[in-house]
Amino acid sequence: MISRAHKILFMVMLLACVIMATFLIRLRNRAQDRLQAQGVEAPASIAVAPGIPPRTVTLYVPNDLDGSLTAVERSLALPADDNAQARVLLDSLIEAFHATGSTHPMSIASGVNEVYFLPVPKSQSQSGDPGQLAVVDLSGALAAAQPSGIEPETLTLLSIMATLHANLPNITEVHFLVDGQPHETLAGHADLTRTYLASEANPEPSPPESPAQ
Amino acid sequence: MRWIEAAALLTLLVPASAPMSAVGQTAPPTTQPVLPAQSTAAPSVPPAPAQPAQPKFVVVLDAAHGGSDSGAHLRPDLQEKDVTLTLTTRLRSTLQAHGIAVVTTRQSDAGIPALNRAETANHAQAAACLVIHATATGSGVHLYASSLSPAPAVRLQPWQTAQAAWITQSLKLESEIDAALAHAQIPITLGRASVQPMDNLACPAIAIEVAPLVGGHVTTARDVSDADYQKSVVDALVAALDAWRSDWK
Repeated sequence: MISRAHKILFMVMLLACVIMATFLIRLRNRAQDRLQAQGVEAPASIAVAPGIPPRTVTLYVPNDLDGSLTAVERSLALPADDNAQARVLLDSLIEAFHATGSTHPMSIASGVNEVYFLPVPKSQSQSGDPGQLAVVDLSGALAAAQPSGIEPETLTLLSIMATLHANLPNITEVHFLVDGQPHETLAGHADLTRTYLASEANPEPSPPESPAQ
Repeated sequence: MRWIEAAALLTLLVPASAPMSAVGQTAPPTTQPVLPAQSTAAPSVPPAPAQPAQPKFVVVLDAAHGGSDSGAHLRPDLQEKDVTLTLTTRLRSTLQAHGIAVVTTRQSDAGIPALNRAETANHAQAAACLVIHATATGSGVHLYASSLSPAPAVRLQPWQTAQAAWITQSLKLESEIDAALAHAQIPITLGRASVQPMDNLACPAIAIEVAPLVGGHVTTARDVSDADYQKSVVDALVAALDAWRSDWK
């Protein structure tokens, strides 16, 4: 037999749970409204601690007309975690693809699910520090939006590799997945079954364009 | 046991270019056989010639895509596989008219696996392998050599990196094509890329991707399906291969 005191205690705790849940939902809705008002898409899982000063990063933006990569400087607040940093960098790069007047147009503004890091085995490296393998998990939406062709697909991969290597120099190799699975090609041409050396991107040195927020 | 494994492997070997080595070519991988990694049936091995034969100048043309693999949608009514087949057919006719032997990997709208394309090309012991693509992006013609690093010739060439031993020759061929296209005032983009079946080819190999012509000071805007534009590209390629005929040895 449950005592009257236990019943009251249970009801009070249940009520507290409901109030707390309502409060959290309201907080979440407020945060979403604030982001929407600023025209910013809410990041899926990247949390940048408040108070971190923006850092100048270099994005390598492709130009389909001449097959080149152009260094563009941006000021970004990067999270402390390497994986999250790589995601912020690549999201910013793909936003540049999507921007009006882009030299490498793409119809979507984001497309990286996650970036994972693995140590490169020492036996594969000729230098002292073998660096890290970055496994870039692209979204199926990005693969679908990618213009098909050797040049546009290769430029997308090279710009990702060059951007990662420029800002996270410890990355020496890059492998690509699509929606977490191995994929033969990006959009029918560029081979995704192999692991690329980050140095393969080797962009032509070009003066960075003026910083933009 | 190791002898038995070696004998089993030898039944799968595809001689890459035995005739080239017979006349002392500078091309590195003259006698390496190529070992297919995923072949389900053992490729046939051509009988060894009784005497070293003079190498024949053979060009392999690979019209990319085909069948259910339509490639890029260049326009709602135009698919890459059709443009590559048209270009390849034109190029084959013109090359044959110039007395150049041609082997094609695809002559109809059929889906040919990359493995079979590479096998056809490697059996031809070709002096040049051209992988033909088309795109709606960029301007002019994009030339791509394999992104593999050059590697010395080894007795058993790994199937996945067979092209590594031919990179130097491939870059020379690319330079020849680059010069001919520039002479025809067609914009060119040069690069390195990893595209199947390029890395499996045991011959000087270049991927040629034809893009529309963007109008400029010198050029008039033209679509990839434009017959005159295709003819100018084909003529430039034939001129390059004519020059390569005297340079490749």
